[in-house]
This record gives sequence, structure tokens and C-alpha cells, in this order.
Amino acid sequence: MSDEETKREILLPGDEIKQEGLKPGKGVFKKDGKIYAAKLGVKTIKKGYVNVAAQSGRYDPQKGDKVIGTVTDLDASYWTVDVNAPFPAVLHVNDVPWRVDYGDTASYIEVGDALLVKITDVDEQKRMQITIDEEGLRKLDVGQIVEIPPSQVPRIIGRGGSMISMLKKYTGCKIFVGQNGRIWIDGDLEGQYLAIKAINMIEENAQALGLTEAVKNYLKEETGKDFDE
Amino acid sequence: MKEILSRITKDYLYRLVKEGKRLDGRGMYEYRDINIDAGEIDPAEGSARVKLGDTDVYVGTKMDVGEPYPDTPDTGVLTTAAELIPMASPKYESGPPGEDATELARVVDRGVREGDVVDTTKLCIEEGEKVWILFIDIHVLDYDGNLFDAAGMGIMAALLDTMVPASRFDEADEDEDYPLPIEHIVVPATFTKIKDQILLDSQLEEEKIADARLTVSLNENDEIVAMQKGLRGVFDYESTKECIRKAKDICSETRDKVVDEVGRENI
Repeated sequence: MSDEETKREILLPGDEIKQEGLKPGKGVFKKDGKIYAAKLGVKTIKKGYVNVAAQSGRYDPQKGDKVIGTVTDLDASYWTVDVNAPFPAVLHVNDVPWRVDYGDTASYIEVGDALLVKITDVDEQKRMQITIDEEGLRKLDVGQIVEIPPSQVPRIIGRGGSMISMLKKYTGCKIFVGQNGRIWIDGDLEGQYLAIKAINMIEENAQALGLTEAVKNYLKEETGKDFDE
Repeated sequence: MKEILSRITKDYLYRLVKEGKRLDGRGMYEYRDINIDAGEIDPAEGSARVKLGDTDVYVGTKMDVGEPYPDTPDTGVLTTAAELIPMASPKYESGPPGEDATELARVVDRGVREGDVVDTTKLCIEEGEKVWILFIDIHVLDYDGNLFDAAGMGIMAALLDTMVPASRFDEADEDEDYPLPIEHIVVPATFTKIKDQILLDSQLEEEKIADARLTVSLNENDEIVAMQKGLRGVFDYESTKECIRKAKDICSETRDKVVDEVGRENI
């Protein structure tokens, strides 16, 4: 782990980022040649860009993200899907894998259905187009969904997917983490229960160091399994 | 904003409930952590903040001198109001109180009023002319289910904390502030029915799939002073009796918590 990431510096809006030679990324602004934080959050540096990621709040949609949404409304040629963003997303009949006749939307996807979708376009106002017509995207018929703050998605996934693969291994569940902070879990009831407990643990201790190790110990204790041996 | 719980989340909750389990691993008749702080707001006559898990409610009382109602010329006036602000939940909108706010205020008010918590006859200054008017305001800061119990405990704590501001009013009966005359300690216990399972202190997700809700308010003698059923489902005779039986133990515990926090015994 490099020095940058172990510190997890938290900035307030207006805090100056003193480090030299960085380019302004997301959540920051530039004034008189200096870079300042634009929101309350954690500083991250990636490829020479400095970003400030908000600690809480709604999901900031990005093109290409895979997210989990709930259908809140439908019309003759589209569905409205809540993906925890500032605005609901629109899923048009052209973006589903079925040929849907005009007015026949309800026989394919109903209000209350959970969907795994990809964001295909976001405009300046954060209004989105989404699709479900792609490999791996689908309607979620079983399992369940839990929500965490979108800022903590990287923690659930872990370095190189270490956290998430460990969760899957110990709980025996299928888990998908949407970029919008919604996590889909499917497996037997015990496994789901354990997965949620572990996710809550990660959520509460998101800023802690050595979290993966702590979660692993917890899962070992609960399941009595040990995959390290 | 319309809130829709996805169907698979509902299915999971139903499966859990069927096996006698809850989302956070609590027992069926167990409260979340209760945290009561009385007297936090200085300008109020009495106040309390109740945290029930992530549900967060402020209750404040304010008193004024005014005219009594014509049919009760010798008793003080009690009014309860609830505010559900958008900060508490995305489903609440600003503006005049809606259905939820009115229901919350009415249900908890009924416990206080019918339970004779405040001795309103002692709030009469001059019969037919001047009485004390007691305003109880419930402000919800964070909604994570079961506002009824949080507000009920908050009201009780706030009333115990209330000093009648006699020194501020020329027309008052006394010169010195004195504690509000409290006769009984009443707290509610709210049960939620999901399918055939009954549970206490439902959290937000459980509340969303609830079929019916029953609030039982008991005083310190285990007498039922108010009951209110909510939502569309039904409680049969047996389960209603079961709720009342459970409420006795539950209420005596929360009552102790409230009294301990305020540290005032003037019944």
C-alpha cells in the first residue's frame, strides 16, 4: 500500500490541496492556480488527477457503470427505474432483449421488479439512459438487495476484488455490487444473513485499516470454514 | 417521492419473518437501542430527544395562557402536533401536515390525553377565563420506522421535564415556575403484523411490508389507556390479547428508562 492510500485524508469544502503537479479531477475546483476541495470527502489520487469523493449522498451516475435499479413506473414504451441517482433513469423498449409491442411493457417488466442495468448515457443534468440488452444484464428474480452509501462501493469490492471474492467464498452466495451502492445477494438464507452482517461490518468500519483481515476473521468464526489452509 | 421496495427484497423479508428472524438479528419482541436525552432545548418548557436505532425524534413542549374551551371551563388545554420534514425521509414533503403526521400526532396524543398523564384541572388559572395551554410538538429528524414509540417515549420524557413558566406571565397563578403536574406515566408499545408473525418496533423495511399495526399505551398500573390499530390488515382476538400481554413487560421497561433519564418523580 502506498502512503497516499493509507492516510485517507478527509477534506472539507474549500480546503486547499497543497500537493504539487496534480490535475483537478472530480469533486475539486481550480482557482488562481490552486486546487480546492468542492465537497466533504476523501482525497484520492489517480493517474495524476486529484479527486474528492463524497462520503455520503446519492449516487453520481457515470456512463458505463453497472447498477441495480427498481422499477417505479411504466408507460406504453418505457419503464422508469430508480437507481438511487438524482433523477430516475429511463429504460426504453429498444434497450431490452425482447421485442415489446407498444403498450405491452407490463407483461415483460413490472413495477417493483429489480433490474441489473448499465448506464449508456448521462447528460449534464444527470439524466440517464440505461440498457438491459447486454451480456450479464438481467431482471433479478431471486435473492435480495441491500444498500450502502455509493462512496463505500470500493471498500466492499476491495483491492483487486479481494473483499468481494472472500465474501462469496465464505457465504456461498452469489453477490453483485452495483456502482450505485446497491448489492444483490443470492444464496441460502443463512448465507445471505451472514453476507449482510459482513457488509454492515464493512460499512461501519469503512475507514479502518486492515479491514479485509478483520472481516475474514469474522467470517471464519461464523462459518467455521477456513480457506487459507 | 414514491418509494417502492423491490419485489425480491420483499420476498426475502417474508422468508426471514416466516423463520422467526429479523433483518438486524433482533428478537421478535425486542427494541432497538433506546437513547433518551431530556432537557436539551433551552427555550422550550420541556424537551426530549429519543433515538430508537436510527429513528431520531425531538419532542418539545411550550406553554401559554389562554381561554379554555366552553365545554371544559375548568381544565387546561392540551394540543399535540407532529412535523415530518423532508430531512427525515425522502417520502416526506414540506408543507402542511399530511396523513402520516396527523396520524402520528393523534395516536400518541390519545395516550397522553386518555391516560390522564397531565392533571389538566390543575392547569386552570381562573375558571372559564384563563387556563394554561400546553403545546406538544413532535419533530422527526430521521425516520427509520416506529415513530409512534419514539414519539410516545419522547412526549413522556418531555412532559416530565416541563416546568410551567409561571414567572414569565403576569396573569399566572404563581410567581415561581413549578413542575408540570403529572399524574401517570404512559408509554406506548407498537406491534406490527407481517403475514402471521407479530413483531415489536418494526424498522423501515419491515414497516413497508407490514399488514397491520397495533399501538397499545399502558400506564404504570398496567391499565390500557389507549389502543389504536393502523393499516389495512387485521388483528384477531387471540393476537390482540397476546400483544397486550407482551406490552405489559415491554412498557414497564421503557417506562423505567424514561423516568430514569428525566430523574423526576412527581406523580
